[in-house]
Amino acid sequence: MTLTRRELLKIGGGGVLGAGILPFLKVLPAAAATDDVIVGVHGQTINSLDIHRTGTNRPSYQVAVNCYDRLVSFGTKTTPDGGLSYDYSKIEPELAESWTISDDGLTMTFKLNPKAVFQDGSKVTAADVKWSFDRAVSAGGFPTVQMKAGGLVRPDQFTAVDEGTFVITLDRSSKLTLPDLAVPVPYILNSRIALANATAEDPWAMEYVHKNTIGSGAYKVVRWDPGQQLVYERNDAWTGGPLPGIKRLVLREVPSQATRRALITRGDAQLSFNIPNKDAKELSGDVKVFSTPIENSIYVVGVNHKFEPFQDPDVRKALAYAIPYEEIFQAAAYGRGNPMWGGRADIDSIDWPRKSPYSTDMDKAREHLEKSAFAKGFEVPFSISLGQTDWMEPTALLIQESLAKLGIKSEIEKIPGANWRTASLVEKRLALHLEGFGGWLNYPCYYFFWAYKDGHLFNSSNYRNEEIETLVDETLHLAVDHPDYAPKVKRMFEIAFEDLPRIPLWQPALNVATNGATGYEYWFHRQLDARKLAKG
Amino acid sequence: MSPRLRGILFRIAQAIPVVIGVVIIGFVLTRALPGDPAVYFAGAAADAASIAEIRKTLGLDLPLPQQFLIYVGDLLRGDFGQSISTGQPVTADLANRLPASLELTLVALLLSCAIAIPLGVMAATRPGSLIDHACRVLVTAGVSLPTFFTGVVLIYLFYYLLGIAPSPLGRLDFIYIEPDRITGFYLIDSALAGDGETFLAALRQLVLPAVTLALFTLAPIARMTRAAMLGALSADFVRTARAAGLTGRTVRYTYAFRNALLPVVTTLGMVFSFTLGANVLVEKVFAWPGIGSYAVEALVVSDYAAVQGFVLAMAFLFVALNLLIDVTYTLIDPRIGFEAS
Repeated sequence: MTLTRRELLKIGGGGVLGAGILPFLKVLPAAAATDDVIVGVHGQTINSLDIHRTGTNRPSYQVAVNCYDRLVSFGTKTTPDGGLSYDYSKIEPELAESWTISDDGLTMTFKLNPKAVFQDGSKVTAADVKWSFDRAVSAGGFPTVQMKAGGLVRPDQFTAVDEGTFVITLDRSSKLTLPDLAVPVPYILNSRIALANATAEDPWAMEYVHKNTIGSGAYKVVRWDPGQQLVYERNDAWTGGPLPGIKRLVLREVPSQATRRALITRGDAQLSFNIPNKDAKELSGDVKVFSTPIENSIYVVGVNHKFEPFQDPDVRKALAYAIPYEEIFQAAAYGRGNPMWGGRADIDSIDWPRKSPYSTDMDKAREHLEKSAFAKGFEVPFSISLGQTDWMEPTALLIQESLAKLGIKSEIEKIPGANWRTASLVEKRLALHLEGFGGWLNYPCYYFFWAYKDGHLFNSSNYRNEEIETLVDETLHLAVDHPDYAPKVKRMFEIAFEDLPRIPLWQPALNVATNGATGYEYWFHRQLDARKLAKG
Repeated sequence: MSPRLRGILFRIAQAIPVVIGVVIIGFVLTRALPGDPAVYFAGAAADAASIAEIRKTLGLDLPLPQQFLIYVGDLLRGDFGQSISTGQPVTADLANRLPASLELTLVALLLSCAIAIPLGVMAATRPGSLIDHACRVLVTAGVSLPTFFTGVVLIYLFYYLLGIAPSPLGRLDFIYIEPDRITGFYLIDSALAGDGETFLAALRQLVLPAVTLALFTLAPIARMTRAAMLGALSADFVRTARAAGLTGRTVRYTYAFRNALLPVVTTLGMVFSFTLGANVLVEKVFAWPGIGSYAVEALVVSDYAAVQGFVLAMAFLFVALNLLIDVTYTLIDPRIGFEAS
């Protein structure tokens, strides 16, 4: 993966850029350097090229997307603001040319694209798929949990029948399995190269794949300086989709928001990923800004049922009526995303996220509080994460102010980022707090599985309702068009809005600014998918 | 063995308990921090089982004394451990980032000395004059403007509005490839390779952050130079020298300035060590891959190995720096002994 200066010159501009013109480059802005290079900036660090590795952080997931293929992928649709988004309703071929599912839903047979090759030129075979799936379910940690969501648990479920046929045997039929094959985790590695670099202590070649991309994807990583930059180069032999419009993508890490903003406005960077809501509001017009509401994600106020006053349903309702939703949406989200309050009282669809039937009404809030055993108010600590102060701080301050009018005194407690997950999700000990779970698989039952079932990670409110427990278990694997599905999901919504362990605020948006780049596409994993990028 | 060499060796020996102390304190303090790296690195959708699994992989399920012994054993083999937040061995991270910070800090300090020391001397020789007031204004402005603010203002002016400065994208624009690594200092490495173009590119990237830092470090150096110079100029030996009929220049530079240098060197040492660890904000604003931002990022996610590596590296650096300053003292003032006693 080392690259000499000479090699860069050879490939840098697709052969156009020669040593002779290099001296002029320093007087040109970076943008003008070559026609088929895009410079992107983001504020996070990529800490591994391997999504299966222990400790790989979220920004690194994009390497799995851009440099590897999966068996299947999602389609593409156009968003209302003219941008592109993945389409959850359409599953499309990526490495698999076609697939069939047995009538009982327990056997899935994939035919691989015979033209698909890895970046070293060797053919992608079912044995590679089998090895990669075995790796994902054996690695432990996040990849194994994600595989489990689709019912993929043990290596013996995967069989390479012949070179081009791969079979998955399931213990139960589930609508989650096929979409779970399109998330970044079950990516296909070149098992031959991996095995050549595996050792007795490291049978899955974690050390090698950590630093090298050995996939069949649209790009390969030609340079990675942790903490500084990642350089992608197009794989011209890619068969998973139409070739990217650029030869290279240079992704620089720029921690300061102000600097990223200066770079994108000046056009020295053509893409700024995940910009703050404030910048998104102020920059749109100068540069192209895409604000896509994140699917299956809601920012909520967590109301912990372990805290005595919150065991009283009237106190929870008082809270829901006392929240100044609109002010929060403007102050914390700068109007980006979708409001999640003031919806209709009857549940008319299974669309999720869905507006709650509550809206700001201090009279109703007082009414409910007076009905409760805590009419005189109480004191409660309000916890927020120091790592997410951009939205949590203004939200918490506005809620604090509003609750004070009811006689509920809250003191804002800021918890350092490293401790936040432990306190809020693992120990679940925060009485009143903010939370922002988003599910990758876009089904309401999947959201409820993580956020409303007792003991599950994102149920930070220690909520337990027997009916929800049953309903989630019944619907999680049920097909959406099954006649029982919609009524059961609607019933879940009803209970959730009645019991209010999580008071919905708004659906957050992912903001991306471009200035001289096209083809940005939103994906549920909220990382940069560079496969459709082009200059322009 | 010359007495000076023996003195230096003795000083190095004295540093050993300090380093041992730092190893212990670094270990205990990182463990005392709130936060659980296993939970943090288990990822978005982790359940209790996968958190436990990660705790085991990271070796965090062992009792603390045993973790400490493993840590010390690794240290003795020169292994600082693996940083989870960057995914690299801590030694590799430090080797990449320490030169970046040192280069920035040293250039900034050189710049700052080049302005602050003459300014301080001039202010002291003409107290109450225009230059004295100018010195005071500059110093006050330098301390009162926080570095991230100066940094952002400089970027706004010179990059955004005027377009003179290069994109604030770290140590080199992406079209340049870093020079072959010899020292890790881009300026030195590119000069050694005879690559004038990369040298200039690296220098251009360095100007704005170095000026930002220099503005901030001007104040203590200029103030200290002025005060020490005033003290020296009113000392008996200067009066004697003047009475003996030496020229004003000789009195000022050979006698007064040399004596005033001691406190200035002390301040310089303090400013250097302070700046190296504290220029996080400058590093963030200019996307400079330095050691300060590395440590802060590691701290935020409870990345034990990285934090311990940073603390140790800084301890070594300070020991070396103090030694250097002590040696400099003896060069400036022969009366200061360097005996083992």
